Amino acid sequence: MFTVILFMIGGMCIGYLLRKKDLNSVHKIIIILIWLLLFLLGVEVGSDRRIIQNLAALGLDSLIIALACVLGSCATAAILWKFIQKMERKQS
Amino acid sequence: MKSSLIIVSFFLLGTLCGIFHWLPSDITQGNLSFYVLCALMFCVGISVGNSPQTLKNFRTLNPRLAFLPLMTIAGTFAGALVTGAFLPDRSIPECLAIGSGFGYYSLSSIFISEYKGAELGTIALLSNISREIITLLFAPLLVRWFGRLAPIASGGATTMDTTLPVITRYSGQQFVILSIYHGFVVDFSVPFLVTFFCSL
Repeated sequence: MFTVILFMIGGMCIGYLLRKKDLNSVHKIIIILIWLLLFLLGVEVGSDRRIIQNLAALGLDSLIIALACVLGSCATAAILWKFIQKMERKQS
Repeated sequence: MKSSLIIVSFFLLGTLCGIFHWLPSDITQGNLSFYVLCALMFCVGISVGNSPQTLKNFRTLNPRLAFLPLMTIAGTFAGALVTGAFLPDRSIPECLAIGSGFGYYSLSSIFISEYKGAELGTIALLSNISREIITLLFAPLLVRWFGRLAPIASGGATTMDTTLPVITRYSGQQFVILSIYHGFVVDFSVPFLVTFFCSL
């Protein structure tokens, strides 16, 4: 985990040093790497017997809990986001 | 919407490859996905450091955004409470324990297996993997429906590593630091909250 963040900080330093240059192609590389990462996550999930075998029996409960937690946290995040936007509009 | 669909199809293609062993097995044995994640974070770093606008935008972020981890935890509990009340086979504390994984599936499933047995541990594993996958796949939609903070809240404990690239892509680069801070705080809360709800 800290290795990952170290990589990002390294990238930030290099990006900052090269800030005079136009590095727009890096956005395209990011999207392609996101696709690759999701593909590999899929491979990992697909080849994990424990996950695939239990998918039918326990998958529905798991998915319902996950969806409810995502929606709940998104709703509270939306409240905070609305509140902050309203405040900033008042200030400006 | 289109970007979500492309991401979903890459994920599904990968799953099929995994189920039917279409790829040489050393791909899953090695740490390939970890190296890809490192490369991805390196690129995210470059794009953040490269645009002087990002740092300026970060300074204009409202300090009240520091409450975001609390909002994430409260919203997750609300969702888990509702499912606990409606799912016939699962009690409310069980659902709260599973929800308290916040996408950190490795740790939470180990804890829950230990305290509550393998079945609930497997549900915790599947549920928290689903949370990470939902965040990765639907980040663009979540931004449209719930605003720019939604993918961060949805990502839970994973917003400082695996879901960070997607968040910076769809919420905006000014949220990088917030996202790492959020992941760190939520991550830290996982062992305490999971243990607490398992002991109820």
